[in-house]
Amino acid sequence: MKSTRKPAALVLVGALTTGALAACSGGGDPQDESTNSAGQVTLSVVSLLPGSTEEAVAAFEDQVAEFEKANPDIDVQPEEYEWKATTFAAQLAGGTLPDVFEIPFTDAQGLVENGQLADMDAQFRALPYAEQFNPTILEAGTGEDGHVYAIPAKNAYPVALHYNRQLFESAGLDPDSPPTTWDQVREYAKKIADANPGVAGYATMTQNNTGGWQLTAQTVARGGRTVETDADQKATATLDNPGTKETLQFLHDLRWTDSSMGGNFLLDWGSINQEFAAGQVGMFTSGSDIYTSLVQTNAVDPDTYGLAPIPLSDAPEAATLTGGTLAGVPANVDDGVKDAAIKWIDFFYLNKLVDEDRAVADAETLAKNDQPVGTPVLPMFSKEQYELNQEWIADYVNVPLAQMTAFTDAMFDLPLAGEPSQKTQEVYALLDPVVQAVLTDEGADIDALLADANTQAQALLDQG
Amino acid sequence: MTVTTTSSRSSSRGGVAAPARAAGAGRPRRGPATWLRGGGLHSLVFLLPLLVIFGVFSWFPIVRAVIMSVQETNLVTDPTFVGLDNFRHVLADPLLWKAVKNTLYFAFLALLFGYPVPLVAAVLMREVRRGRGLYSALAYLPVVVPPVVAVLLWKFFYKGGPTGVFNTILGWVGLGPYPWLQDASWAMPSLVLAATWAGAGGTVIIYLAALTSVPAELYDASEVDGAGLWRKIWHVTLPQLRGVLFITLILQVIGTAQVFLEPYLFTGGGPNNATVTVLLLIYRYAFQNSLGGDYGAATALSLMLAAVLAVFSVLYFRLTRSWSTS
Repeated sequence: MKSTRKPAALVLVGALTTGALAACSGGGDPQDESTNSAGQVTLSVVSLLPGSTEEAVAAFEDQVAEFEKANPDIDVQPEEYEWKATTFAAQLAGGTLPDVFEIPFTDAQGLVENGQLADMDAQFRALPYAEQFNPTILEAGTGEDGHVYAIPAKNAYPVALHYNRQLFESAGLDPDSPPTTWDQVREYAKKIADANPGVAGYATMTQNNTGGWQLTAQTVARGGRTVETDADQKATATLDNPGTKETLQFLHDLRWTDSSMGGNFLLDWGSINQEFAAGQVGMFTSGSDIYTSLVQTNAVDPDTYGLAPIPLSDAPEAATLTGGTLAGVPANVDDGVKDAAIKWIDFFYLNKLVDEDRAVADAETLAKNDQPVGTPVLPMFSKEQYELNQEWIADYVNVPLAQMTAFTDAMFDLPLAGEPSQKTQEVYALLDPVVQAVLTDEGADIDALLADANTQAQALLDQG
Repeated sequence: MTVTTTSSRSSSRGGVAAPARAAGAGRPRRGPATWLRGGGLHSLVFLLPLLVIFGVFSWFPIVRAVIMSVQETNLVTDPTFVGLDNFRHVLADPLLWKAVKNTLYFAFLALLFGYPVPLVAAVLMREVRRGRGLYSALAYLPVVVPPVVAVLLWKFFYKGGPTGVFNTILGWVGLGPYPWLQDASWAMPSLVLAATWAGAGGTVIIYLAALTSVPAELYDASEVDGAGLWRKIWHVTLPQLRGVLFITLILQVIGTAQVFLEPYLFTGGGPNNATVTVLLLIYRYAFQNSLGGDYGAATALSLMLAAVLAVFSVLYFRLTRSWSTS
C-alpha cells in the first residue's frame, strides 16, 4: 500500500510557504485598500495620546459615531498617536502613518518639499471658511506653489508658564500672582524647593529635541534668536547669542546655586507633564494648550493648575515663541481618501470654531465625558471669531479659567515670534545635550558648549 | 521498506561513482534525473519555507542595508548613489568616537561587574545542598521580566534626589543622595548595574549546567588532598569551565557591543551624550530627524559594526565547533 504521508507533507509544506509569502507580500493596490467590503471609504485618523483615560476615549468614540452617522460612506479607524520626531520618522518611512495625521508647524515645509504630503488645496478651498484663516498660520502648511498641503487644525499656541498652585501655597506664595520676570521665577522656584524637599521648584525639558525647543523659547523671551534668516532665506546659526547664554546661566544658577530644580534632568514633553501632574514640578514652560493632555493623559488635579505668560525680558526683541499643529494626509492616497480626510478635518478640528451648532455639539460631547472644554489657545481665524466661539460654548467650559487669567488677560497682547524655519528639529536636537550638560555638570563651560553647537548648526544649515 | 530503497539507491550511486573517480574525474556528476530520484525535490520543498523566511527577514534586509549604505535616501523620495560618502560622513562625526568610547566603557564595566557575578552565583548555588531549584528560579526571574518593564522599574528606583527608592534606602545609613542617571560619570555604571541584574540569570543557568559536567571524583580527589572551598574552585571548577567561560565572554562582548535598550530607555543617550552607544547613534541617524532620517549613514555605521562583530562571531563559531567535537 502506497503511503500518502509524503505527498501530504509536500502539500502542507507548499501551503505553508505560499501562506508565508502571501503574509509577507504588500497590500496591493492602494485604491482597493481605501474602500472596505461595504463600499465605504476607510479613513484612519489620529485619535488620542497613548494612555488616555477611559472618559477621553469615550468622548472620542462619541465624536466618531456622530461623524459616521453624518457620513455613512466613511468608516473611521482611530489610531492612538503622539508626535515624536523618532516615531514619526519611522512611521513616515514605513508608510504606517494614519490617513489624517498631526505634525508641528516646523515640519510642514520640509514634508512638502520632500513630496510627502498630499496636495489638499482643492479640498481645502472648498471649505466655506477657507478664506477666513489667519494668513500667518495658514502659511505654515502652504507650499511654494501656493497650494495648501497641511491644514491648520488642532491648535496654535504660544509657549507659556505652567505652575502648580498648591506648591505655590505651600511655599507661602500667592497662586493668583504668578511670576512676571525671570528673577521672580528663580525666587519662587527656590521657595517651592525649600518648602517641598525632593520637588523641583522649576524644571525644563531636555530630551527628544524638546530641550532645544524650550531653550529656544526662553532665548526668544530674553530677546535672542538661535537662527537668523536674511532676505534671500540664507540662514545663519546664532546659538551663541546673549539670550541663550543668559538662559543657560539662569538654569545653571537654579540647579547649582539654588538647588531648586529637583533631581530629574532627563525630561521630555510627556515626562515633564507626568512629573507636573504628580506634583513634582512647581513651574515649567510648554505650549499653552497642554492642560487638555494633562487631564486626558496625566489626570492632573484641576485645582492645582495655573497658567501664566512666559516672562519677557526688557530686550526690544523679547517675544513669546509660538507653535502649532497641522493636519496632513500622506502623499500616496487617492482622491476618495482626500475627500474623506477633509470632511474629518472639518468635523473634528475646524467647523466647531466657526459654526455655533457644531461648537455646542462638540462641547456638549466633551463635557458629558468630563473632557476639558475651553483650554486657551491662539485663534485660528480672528480674535473676534475666537471670542464668539467662547461665547457659544460658555455653558460647557469646564477648565479652570479663573486660574488662567494671568494668561488669558494678556494673550492677545503678547508679542509673538515663530519658530526658526530651517532645520528646526535638527538644531533643537543639537541643543538638547547643551541643556543637559548645564544641568548635570557644575563646571559646564556654556560658551564652549554653545560655540561647538553653533558650528554644527551652521554646517546643517549650509546643507540647505 | 523505505530504508531498503534508500540503501539500494546509495549502492547504485556508489556503483556509478566508482569508475568516474578511478578515471580521475573528481566528484561524481549527477544529472537532474538522478537528483530527482534521489529525493532532491523533496529536500528542496522542505527547505523552501526556511529559505523564504531567511530570505525575507534576514538576507533581503542585509542586502538592502549594503545598497542603502552607498545611497542618500529617506525611503520616500528616489535614492541617489553617493559612493562611500556615508562612510566618510560617519567617520568624520565627532559623536562616533564618543559613542565607540562609551560602548567600550559599557563593555568594560559589564565585564568587570557583569561577568563574574553569574559565575560566583552559579558556583555558590552548586554548593547549596537544599533548594537549588528555588535559587535557580530566583536567579532566572529577572530574565523573564520584559526588558521595558524592568527598565521602567529601575528608572523608578534610580530617581534622583533624596526621595528616590535607592537614595531613600541609602539615606537610612547616611549615604547619598546619588545622581544615578543624572550625572555623566554615574549614568553608565548605573546602566551596567541594571543590565547585569537583567541578564545574569541566563548565564547562571549556563554555568550551572556546565558545572554538572565537572566529574565529582575531581572534587573528591582534591578534598583528599586537603583542598578547601576556594582551592577547589580555583584548581578544579574554573579549569573545567574554561571552555564555557571563554564562550560566554565572547557572547558578552558581542552583546555589549550592541547595547541599545538600556541607554535608549534610561537616558536617551544623555546626560550630554554620556551614554550614547554605537547602536543608539545608528538609531539617531535613522530616526532623529522627523523629516526622514539619514538611512545611508545609519546603514553605513551598521555595516562597520557588523564587520567588527563578525570577527568575534567567527571566533565564537570556531570555539563552539572545536568544543563540540572535542
